[in-house]
Amino acid sequence: MEILVCIKRVPDTAENEIEVNRDGTDIERDDLVYSVNEWDNYAVEEAIQIRDKVGGNVTVVSVGDENAEEVVRREMAMGADQGILLSDDVFEGSDGKGVATILKAEIEKGKYDLILTGAQADDGAGQVGGMLAAMLDWPFASLVNKIEISDDKKISVGREIAGGNQEMNEMDLPCVLSIQTGINEPRYVGIRGIRKVASVDIPVHGMGELGLSPDRIGKAGAKVNCLDYFVPDPGEGAEMLEGSTDEILDKLVEILKSKGGIK
Amino acid sequence: MSVKIFAYILHKKGVADDTALELLSAAKKIDPNVSVTALVAGSGDALEKVITQILPSFNDVWKISHDSLSYVIAETVRPMLARIIPKGSIVLVPHEHFGMDLAPGLSIKLESAFVSDAIDFEEIMDQKIKLVREEFNGQVSTHVVCDISHGAVISVRAGAFKPEGSKTGKGQVTDKTSEAIEGGIPGQKRRYLEVIEAEVGDVDITKSDILVSVGRGIEDQDNLDIIHELAETIGGDVSCSRPIVDAKWLDKSRQVGTSGKIVKPKVYIALGISGSFQHLGGIKGAPFIIAVNKNPKAPIFQVADVGVVADIIEFVPALTQKVQDIKA
Ligand SMILES: Cc1cc2nc3c(=O)[nH]c(=O)nc-3n(C[C@H](O)[C@H](O)[C@H](O)COP(=O)(O)OP(=O)(O)OC[C@H]3O[C@@H](n4cnc5c(N)ncnc54)[C@H](O)[C@@H]3O)c2cc1C
Ligand SMILES: Nc1ncnc2c1ncn2[C@@H]1O[C@H](COP(=O)(O)O)[C@@H](O)[C@H]1O
Repeated sequence: MEILVCIKRVPDTAENEIEVNRDGTDIERDDLVYSVNEWDNYAVEEAIQIRDKVGGNVTVVSVGDENAEEVVRREMAMGADQGILLSDDVFEGSDGKGVATILKAEIEKGKYDLILTGAQADDGAGQVGGMLAAMLDWPFASLVNKIEISDDKKISVGREIAGGNQEMNEMDLPCVLSIQTGINEPRYVGIRGIRKVASVDIPVHGMGELGLSPDRIGKAGAKVNCLDYFVPDPGEGAEMLEGSTDEILDKLVEILKSKGGIK
Repeated sequence: MSVKIFAYILHKKGVADDTALELLSAAKKIDPNVSVTALVAGSGDALEKVITQILPSFNDVWKISHDSLSYVIAETVRPMLARIIPKGSIVLVPHEHFGMDLAPGLSIKLESAFVSDAIDFEEIMDQKIKLVREEFNGQVSTHVVCDISHGAVISVRAGAFKPEGSKTGKGQVTDKTSEAIEGGIPGQKRRYLEVIEAEVGDVDITKSDILVSVGRGIEDQDNLDIIHELAETIGGDVSCSRPIVDAKWLDKSRQVGTSGKIVKPKVYIALGISGSFQHLGGIKGAPFIIAVNKNPKAPIFQVADVGVVADIIEFVPALTQKVQDIKA
C-alpha cells in the first residue's frame, strides 16, 4: 500500500497562549513553539501501522516554508519512509483550495492508494482533505476513527458521528480520508529517532516541479482572505474570583453550596 | 443583491435538525430580503414529514427523494447537489460531522469558494462577503473576506445563529429528483454499512446533577486522582473533554461534547478545559458553570458564570480540602 500523509506545521496550542499582534494583522508569532498539527500526527501513526501490517510505503508531505522541514523530519523519525516539502514563495497566502491544488499536483506525480489528512488544523477549517478528494475525483470520508484494509482494492472505515456513534462504510481505493484524533495512540519520538533522520535528504518541490500556474495558488489565486485578527468583546463573561487563594476558596465554596454544587 | 441562497437541511427519523432554522437566519443576516431555498435529500415518508415541518419557514423547498438516500451519505448527495444547484449560488451547510463530509468537496464541484465554520456575517460588498470565524479553538477570531463572484459554499457553526422564528415562507416544493439522478446514482465508491452505537459506560453522565469535568490542563494521567477526589467530596461525577478520552485516560462515555455526550447538570465545573465549541456543544440546560484555567484569556471564561485563574494541579486539592473541612 502506497500511503501519502499530508501534514502541517502549526503553533502548538498546548505550549502557547495564542494572542493577536499589535496591529491585528496576524497572531503574535515571536517565541511561538511550533509542532505538527495534532490530527496529522494521528494520521501518520495510522499510516505507519497500516504499512507495518500490509507492507508498502509511507510518504509525508507538507506545504510550507523552509521551517516546515522540521515537522517532515519529525514524522520521518516516527517511521515514515519518505518526506517531501512543497515550498515556493508563490505558495504563500494560499487559501484551502490553493493548498489542495498544490497537494494534488504532487499526488499526480506519484502513484498512491491512500491519502490521509488530519480532520482539521490550527484554523479549524477541515477543508483540505475533502477538496483534494473532489479535485482528484476519488471517494472521501471525513472524521475517520477506524481503518481496516480488506484487500488492495477496498477498505472499510469508521467515521465518528454525533454522540460518539460510529458510521461504518466500505470504500474503494484509491481514496482520501481525514483522520480524527483518538484513532490510535501516536508513538513517542525521542531525540535518538530525530537524530537518525537528521541528514536524510528531503526533496523540495516548487511551482516549476509541480507544473502549477500562479493564478490558481498563493495570494493571487485565493478567494478567501483573512482580513484581520481580533479578540471578541467578552460580553458579560464570568465573574472572576480574585484575592488570596484562601479568599477565593471561601467564595467558591459559598457559591458551590448556594448552587447545589455540594451534596 | 441577487445572489441565490440555499440551505442544506439535516434531518433524522423524520425530524428536521435545529440547524435548519439557524441556517435560515444566517441567510437573512447575509441579505434580509433574500428568499432562501431549502435543500432536503432523503427518502420515503420520513422525508415528507421533514418537508411538512420546514415548509412554513422557507419560500422554496427543493427535494431529492430516492431510495439511495434512505441513509444519506455525502458522497452520494454531493454530485446530486452539484447537478441541481445553479452556478454562482451561496450554499449554507451546518458545520458538523455531515457538513464536514459534504461541504469542502461540494465547493470544488460547484467551482465556488469555500469558508468553513462561519459564526457571523458582517457585511456584503460588491461580490464579496465579510464574515467572522475563529482559529486556535476559539482563542482568536478573524474577519475573513470571501470572493462570491462564482458563488460560495459556507459551513455555519451550530448554535451561532438564533433560529429564525417567523413563518413567512410561501411553502413551494419542487421535486428535483429526476434532475439529481440524471446520469446515474453517484457515490458507488463509498458504501454505507451500518451505524455502531456508542458503548454505555459505568456512569451515565447525562443524568448527573454535578459534573467535575477535566481537560488537557491536567497534563498527566496520574493527576486524575485529584479530580476523582473532588468529585467524590462534593458528590458529583467525573466527565472530561476529548483529549482525555483520546489519551485513553477516561472512558469515551465520560466525554462531553458534540462527538460525546450531551449533559444537563445543575453545576458544571470545567477544570483545565479551554472551551472549544465542540466541547460546549455538549453542555445543555444552562447549568451554573465554574471554570478554573491558568490562562486568563481562555474562551471558557466567556461562557462560565464564575472563573478562577489558577493551576488546577494546586487549586483542585485545595478546594477538596476546603470542602472536607466544612463538612467535618
Ligand atoms: C469533529 C470534532 C468533534 C469534536 N468533538 C469534541 C467533543 O465532543 N468534546 C470535546 O471536548 N472536544 C471535541 N473536539 C475537540 C475540540 O476541538 C478541542 O480540541 C478539545 O475540546 C480541547 O480540549 P481541552 O479544552 O481539554 O484542551 P485544550 O484546548 O488543549 O485546553 C487545555 C486548557 O487547559 C489550560 N491549562 C493547561 N494547564 C493547566 C493547569 N495546570 N491548570 C489550569 N489550566 C491549565 C490551558 O490554558 C487550556 O485552556 C472535537 C473536534 C472535532 C474536530
Ligand atoms: N500546508 C499544508 N501542508 C500539508 N497538509 C496540509 C496543509 N494544510 C492543511 N493540510 C492538511 O489538511 C488537513 C486539514 O487542514 P485544514 O483544512 O487547513 O483544516 C490537515 O490536517 C493536513 O492534513
